[in-house]
Amino acid sequence: MILADRLVKRFAGKTAVNEVSFEVKTGEVLGFLGPNGAGKSTTMRMIAGCLEPDAGRALVNGRDSALQRRAAQEQLGYLPEGAPAYPAMTPRGFVRFCLRARGFSRSGLDEAAERALRLANLGPAAEKSIGALSKGYKRRAALAAAIAHDPPVLILDEPTDGLDPNQKDGVRTLITEMAKAKAIIISTHLLEEVDAICTRAVVIAGGQVLADDTPAKLAELGADNTIASAFRALTGPMGETVGRIRGGRAA
Amino acid sequence: MNGLKAVFRRELAAYFETPLAWVFLTVFALAAPSFAWRVGDLFDTGRADLAPLFDFMPWLLLVLMPALAMRAWAEERDRGTLETLLSAPIPLWASALGKFLAAWAVAGLAIALTFPMWIAMNYLGEPDNAATATAYFGALLLAGGYLALGQALSAATSNQVIAFVLGAAACFLITVAGLPFVLDALSARLPGAAAEALAELSALARFESLRRGVVSLSDVVYFLSLIGLGLGLAMTLIDSRRGGGR
Repeated sequence: MILADRLVKRFAGKTAVNEVSFEVKTGEVLGFLGPNGAGKSTTMRMIAGCLEPDAGRALVNGRDSALQRRAAQEQLGYLPEGAPAYPAMTPRGFVRFCLRARGFSRSGLDEAAERALRLANLGPAAEKSIGALSKGYKRRAALAAAIAHDPPVLILDEPTDGLDPNQKDGVRTLITEMAKAKAIIISTHLLEEVDAICTRAVVIAGGQVLADDTPAKLAELGADNTIASAFRALTGPMGETVGRIRGGRAA
Repeated sequence: MNGLKAVFRRELAAYFETPLAWVFLTVFALAAPSFAWRVGDLFDTGRADLAPLFDFMPWLLLVLMPALAMRAWAEERDRGTLETLLSAPIPLWASALGKFLAAWAVAGLAIALTFPMWIAMNYLGEPDNAATATAYFGALLLAGGYLALGQALSAATSNQVIAFVLGAAACFLITVAGLPFVLDALSARLPGAAAEALAELSALARFESLRRGVVSLSDVVYFLSLIGLGLGLAMTLIDSRRGGGR
């Protein structure tokens, strides 16, 4: 389970995340939506323990990701924005490194690496240098590293960015299958992804949560009952007319 | 320890997956004997020892160690992989130490590439092998100190070139701090005690006694402290990017 409890983060005096709160239970896939610079990645970094909040707390399966960082990080898999990886390594080497860092060894390591590479559908690309791979394969290599230790919590920052339609479909299917036993957050600019795989969606802009509801309820906020129109209504120039909405109700 | 071992293995492999380690080892293997032979007149001293090699070792190391250390954190920051590392349940000290030990292993290998000269000295005469071994030990400690400083400055920037320039400058300063011309220049401007304290900080002065075959606990502690200081500074700089040391 993931709990973001009034998270605040400021950079150089500017508030990037302002009292963001939400909860993700096991079995849920939360779509984290918002325009560029809304505070999505900063919030995810705080949950993943890469950034410390200036106020509030993030709990990963009950562990505070700032105060019990390592315990929290043992519970989660994190795909950072841009899916960074070491270009000289192969996806197999990268996945094995991430597993070793988490204490995997010998047969446990071999089995977990094989499983992750298979689930991420890397195929022969698993043996090529990451630097020589296409954007889609690089992202799948980073995704394989994030899921390799089979964590109960997954935080995926734009997991399908740069993938072709078939690859997107594969990753969405994978996320849906994994969601049965995990709490998952995905950030995305692809609004059709929310309908496809998310059980709930949070819309964030200017560092504040504007809406937190099921995709169907969220769509009702739009002029034509679609997520896209709801997103525009909430975050576009006229967004202020919708107001701040939490749990499907206007604040 | 899992995190430390994983980072050490990855870092060591990373040096050899790219041309960096090969270029570094080649340059060192060619430069160290060249300085000793061509500039230090190794075969004209009439003595079977490696003094000319160790005369130039600090100057060679102060350029090459920052080159080896510059990628440690700057590359992670530039590529965004720092986030991958920070999101793994690895203590920061294990990441810093793993990176340092990998670079130190490459430095040790480079220094070991001069062993054929030691063997040649034994073939040509009867060198003081204990003193030579102590000098090698000193060179390894000096390399470690320079690497730790380089790693600290690598954590200060995402640009490897800047990290190298800052690292080389820091190594140069800590090397020349105790040289007579620096002390003479500073003694006119600084109180006597400050100038003496500065002389005590000189890596060159500490290396000199080890180079002569004298192992002093204070010299060993000095280099280990320098390594600890560099790694501590690197950890502080990286942790500050996380937003504080809570």
